[in-house]
Amino acid sequence: MKKDIILAGVGGQGIISIAAIIGLAAVEKNMYIKQSEVHGMSQRGGEVMSTLRISDKYIYSDLIPYGGADIIIGLEPMESLRYLPYLKQDGWIISNADPFVNIPNYPDINVIYNEIKKIKTHILIPANKLAKELNSDKVVNTIILGATFPYLGFTKEEILRAIEQMFSSKGKDIVDLNIMAFTKGYEYALKYQNP
Amino acid sequence: MAKKLLLLGDEAIAKGAIDSGLSAIYAYPGTPSTEIAEYIDNSSEAKEKNIKCYWSANEKTAVEGAIGMSYAGKRAMACMKHVGLNVAADPFINAAVTRINGGLIIVAADDPSMHSSQNEQDSRFYGKFAFVPILEPSNQQEAYDMVEYGFNLSEKYLIPVLMRIPTRLAHSRSGVEIKSYQTPQNNLKLPDDLKQFVLLPSIARRKYKELLAIQDDLLKESENSCFNKYIDNKDKSKGIIATGIAYNYLMENYDGDVPHPVLKISQYPIPANLIKRLYNECNEIYVFEEGYPLVEELLNGIIGVSKPIKGRLNGFVPRYGELNPTLIANALGIPTRTYYQVPECIVPRPPVLCKGCPHFDTFLALNEALKDYSKGRVFSDIGCYTLGALPPLEAINSCVDMGAAVTMAKGAADAGLIPSVGVIGDSTFTHSGITGLLDCVTYKSNVNIIILDNMTTAMTGGQPSLGLNKLADICKGIGVEENHIRIIKPLPKNHNENVRIIKEELEYNGVSVIISQRECIVTLNKKMREKHKKQESV
Ligand SMILES: Cc1ncc(C[n+]2csc(CCOP(=O)(O)OP(=O)(O)O)c2C)c(N)n1
Ligand code: SF4
Repeated sequence: MKKDIILAGVGGQGIISIAAIIGLAAVEKNMYIKQSEVHGMSQRGGEVMSTLRISDKYIYSDLIPYGGADIIIGLEPMESLRYLPYLKQDGWIISNADPFVNIPNYPDINVIYNEIKKIKTHILIPANKLAKELNSDKVVNTIILGATFPYLGFTKEEILRAIEQMFSSKGKDIVDLNIMAFTKGYEYALKYQNP
Repeated sequence: MAKKLLLLGDEAIAKGAIDSGLSAIYAYPGTPSTEIAEYIDNSSEAKEKNIKCYWSANEKTAVEGAIGMSYAGKRAMACMKHVGLNVAADPFINAAVTRINGGLIIVAADDPSMHSSQNEQDSRFYGKFAFVPILEPSNQQEAYDMVEYGFNLSEKYLIPVLMRIPTRLAHSRSGVEIKSYQTPQNNLKLPDDLKQFVLLPSIARRKYKELLAIQDDLLKESENSCFNKYIDNKDKSKGIIATGIAYNYLMENYDGDVPHPVLKISQYPIPANLIKRLYNECNEIYVFEEGYPLVEELLNGIIGVSKPIKGRLNGFVPRYGELNPTLIANALGIPTRTYYQVPECIVPRPPVLCKGCPHFDTFLALNEALKDYSKGRVFSDIGCYTLGALPPLEAINSCVDMGAAVTMAKGAADAGLIPSVGVIGDSTFTHSGITGLLDCVTYKSNVNIIILDNMTTAMTGGQPSLGLNKLADICKGIGVEENHIRIIKPLPKNHNENVRIIKEELEYNGVSVIISQRECIVTLNKKMREKHKKQESV
């Protein structure tokens, strides 16, 4: 198995947390990993992108070539489009539908949605709203992870174990909340594709 | 099975140092190097082994500290971003002449494409300039392995070793196999010759000759290094040189199986014989280097060679900016495809000051205090506050190098630009603003210095600020008049008061310092969370 994933968002949204969970699942399976992070200037509310590469075979490059990404995971709809040249022809774009507006010239959100919908293999998920239903603004990323799950190539047990590992230091309540968030995202995405 | 850890390139260097007999690391933060010292600072293993982590006032003091540690016989490391090596160039280059005692590795993290930097200078030139070996890991495992190798090389030839790592490796995580043994630290042991570090001309001339004399040996080390590899392959229509991380991008394109001979370079001096062999055996040579065309330029020479050399100098690879697998594919004529373009509606999202950032309130007050003067008189510096150059604030007119806010304001005031304002962060001030302020005091220059004291080094993630609670005393100590050292608290409710104070000092003919003091909200929040956690666990 080999997956090249782009994570896109705004500095401060914590795009790394999703990569970290998938990375944990890959480590458990003894897969090779390359995961890039963003430090420095752009962390301050600017556009940020991180990459995750996992494979059964040795991985050379830390960067993903253009046209090579299996999935773009967007924590923010405009940001999910910024890295489109990296997407494979049949790659998935899975994005939060809730925008993060911190610039005066943020485009009309419907224009953004239309661009995302031009890609057949896409999922738009209102993750902030779904998180509110769980009374937590901290699980947005886990909800999006749930929507991504079918395309990651892991079993549900493998991902849930990774979530548990990721949050175990914060107590059982937080683990359970994140598992609920994961399930919520997963179920929403299923319905999105088969309305 | 060997133990594997998932480490950033930076962390691999740090862990390599912990496992290889390091006694102390000295660093000034700077992206993308910061996580090296941070890893050691936070490592319980390092604490158990009594390995010290010192955040230094600047890169020069860091390298000098490391040289002192080496003088005392112990293994030391100094870490910085590429431009930090400019600041530390003096001790770095002279340490090659004095040579060393305990193993000494200087790490410079380069930032091609300037993700978080003012330039994309290539630190390998410094290594060459100083006549020291350079190690340039291509992946996280090499970053780890090269530290022990580097310390051994350093102690074998009594020479500082420069390690160079680019952003993409520094900030990318991968599995790293940890060695099964730990190298113990050296004991305290002074140099046999107690004049070794005395660079009086008579001694320096002798030492310099010695440095030149070992160059052949260093070259031999490169030719035979396990990190430099000549990989022979059948199709000699092309020969490919790939240095450091460029090797990965090359291999990515061929799935590890390149049909042409490849020379991988990760240790310098440049292994000349290996290059000659490649040149003789192949019809044309491609050179892929992350950074400046160092190898390529040497290969081309002034007179030139008869076979084509293809790289950054003739447009096969862009002249500037970082490499990636696609650029290398394009250079080699390997077909690539992009299926989607970035839609036109996408706009840039530049970084901004955090909501509630103290710098924002200081700039609002400064802008208002200056509104009756013509624009273009605020010299500033490097840190979060550099974002004050962008809309909506557009409050500053310069950011050149650390400390320049103070001295450029002085120069402009000397030229007659009155008032002339220098705006500098607290950590930048102690890095290299203090000496400039002494210049101002000496000449009673008509400058207004504003120190943005957010009590931390925020830009790089909140490392300690060495002038904490000392700034007013420092200014007083170097001779700024006490009644022109003003302390304000940048909060919206103090806006009018702050404008008034700044205006008063703008009108003063002499050196004034306004310390605008309020903690960075990111470090403040972090502290609150930690306090909260502690209370919960009680
Ligand atoms: C010579 C050099 N060393 C390090 C850096 C990296 N660097 C840029 S800004 C900064 C911190 C500035 O801290 P401070 O002046 O306190 O401003 P703040 O970010 O806290 O607002 C550092 C370490 C640099 N650009 N140049
Ligand atoms: S990190 Fe601190 S200093 Fe930097 S922008 Fe945010 S609040 Fe301001």
